[in-house]
Amino acid sequence: MAYSDKVLDHYNNPRNVGSMDKNSPNVGTGMVGAPECGDVMKLQLMVNPDSGVIEDAKFKTFGCGSAIASSSLATEWLKGKTVDQALEIKNTDIVNELSLPPVKIHCSVLAEDAIKAAISDYKQKQSVGQAEAVTAH
Amino acid sequence: MKKPVYLDNHATTPMDPRVLEAMLPYFTKMFGNAASRNHSFGWEAEEAVEKARKQIADLIGANPKEIIFTSGATESNNLAIKGVAEMYAEKGNHIITAATEHKAILDTCKKLEKEGCRVTYLPLKADGLIDLDMLREAITDKTILVTIMYANNEIGVIQPVAEIGAICKERGVLFHSDGVQAVGKIPVNVITDKIDLLSITGHKIYGPKGVGALYVRRKGPRVQLTAQMDGGGHERGMRSGTLNVPGIVGLGEACAICQKEMTAESARHRQMRDWLKNKLEAELDETFINGSMEHRLPHNLNMSFAYVEGESLLMGINDIAVSSGSACTSATLEPSYVLKALGVGDDLAHTSIRFGIGRFNTQEELEYTAKRMIEVVRKLRDLSPLYEMAKEGIDLSKVQWAAH
Repeated sequence: MAYSDKVLDHYNNPRNVGSMDKNSPNVGTGMVGAPECGDVMKLQLMVNPDSGVIEDAKFKTFGCGSAIASSSLATEWLKGKTVDQALEIKNTDIVNELSLPPVKIHCSVLAEDAIKAAISDYKQKQSVGQAEAVTAH
Repeated sequence: MKKPVYLDNHATTPMDPRVLEAMLPYFTKMFGNAASRNHSFGWEAEEAVEKARKQIADLIGANPKEIIFTSGATESNNLAIKGVAEMYAEKGNHIITAATEHKAILDTCKKLEKEGCRVTYLPLKADGLIDLDMLREAITDKTILVTIMYANNEIGVIQPVAEIGAICKERGVLFHSDGVQAVGKIPVNVITDKIDLLSITGHKIYGPKGVGALYVRRKGPRVQLTAQMDGGGHERGMRSGTLNVPGIVGLGEACAICQKEMTAESARHRQMRDWLKNKLEAELDETFINGSMEHRLPHNLNMSFAYVEGESLLMGINDIAVSSGSACTSATLEPSYVLKALGVGDDLAHTSIRFGIGRFNTQEELEYTAKRMIEVVRKLRDLSPLYEMAKEGIDLSKVQWAAH
């Protein structure tokens, strides 16, 4: 299978690889996929609780090149967005940006799921810890 | 060193220049039809075909009259299994095979099941070998054929063929073996192995693609087959069609070279393979060998690199041609059924790489391969959430995954 230049670029130079403290109240962690299915994505984001802006995002992915590229791209896109803006990222945006072939669409779906899972984890922490800090934008 | 490096010699092999040399005259100058009995063009073509028949027979301990030419091993397997099923339909309708056979065997068996045959798919032990007691128990008075491959194309595991042959002989059941990966690489002898039908192909032994052979035993017992291709009654009526003379000459020459060089070649390959295995195991943790190391082709290595998905690994070593059992690299998007049959979990099957060393590989190429593999596996493990979790001591089998 031929990969697009953008997939190759993210594979060769993955952005924002790493892990954050998953116990921090400002960090949301999303882990999706399963080893048996051949892909697992861990996506983390750190939110400024005052502004609701995502200040940092990190990922680690077990999966094919397209899965790695999808999650790497997602972390790039997340930075600087508010939590609500981040929820608007659609898997089709990732498909278009990376020119993913049909058999790799599930990688983009997984990346969208990872974003949603990370945000929901963050929101849950906020509502438990400091409910008043979660304000609508 | 030339790149990319080719280490996928179980898929196909480059043709040996000596084979090409032998074939060339038969495309242009000696183009006759081997079935033309009334002029010199036909005679020289027939002579070349008979020489090749002997070269092939000699390699497997057969009589030249027992060699039937085909278009390759898929056809040989089809002809053997369907030909026996039809010919011996009055005797019985039961066939025994194994779960790790090539698709050319499994799909042929499935087709016959639809047509009323009963097929037993023997499970494999964790080392990839069949259980001989299970084979014994599976044979009934309706069993007409046992078909078990000589050596597996993915994991290189060599089955106890002589024992299987002996069991079949004792029970009066025909024994077919897909010998594609073994013939020319390790000693195969249809007499001592008690094989009744053996499939061979050209392109796995440095010969041409599109030509193969089926050994069909002529005595003790005399095996009969119902032809699957009707026409001019070539090849003792078992396989009609004008003979592919240049291809057959190439197959014959390839067999002759293998016979002459097998001992030295297999020793060299074993040494190279063991070097690669030891190097990878020394530099990387959590690697797993798939299938028995003891009963294995000397040029095969199949290894899983835990926490690193196979396709992404192939992407990182893109100047080395190998293959993976990962679902992402297969047409069906399922991980390797062979590894599955051995009880290898899907998680590890996704991380498997098959290395197949061939005649033209050098130690320098293997050193380059090892170096690249080590770099890429380390890089991808730095990227792998699973490796991170495993290092933190988390038991991945106990995690509740959000499967999709």
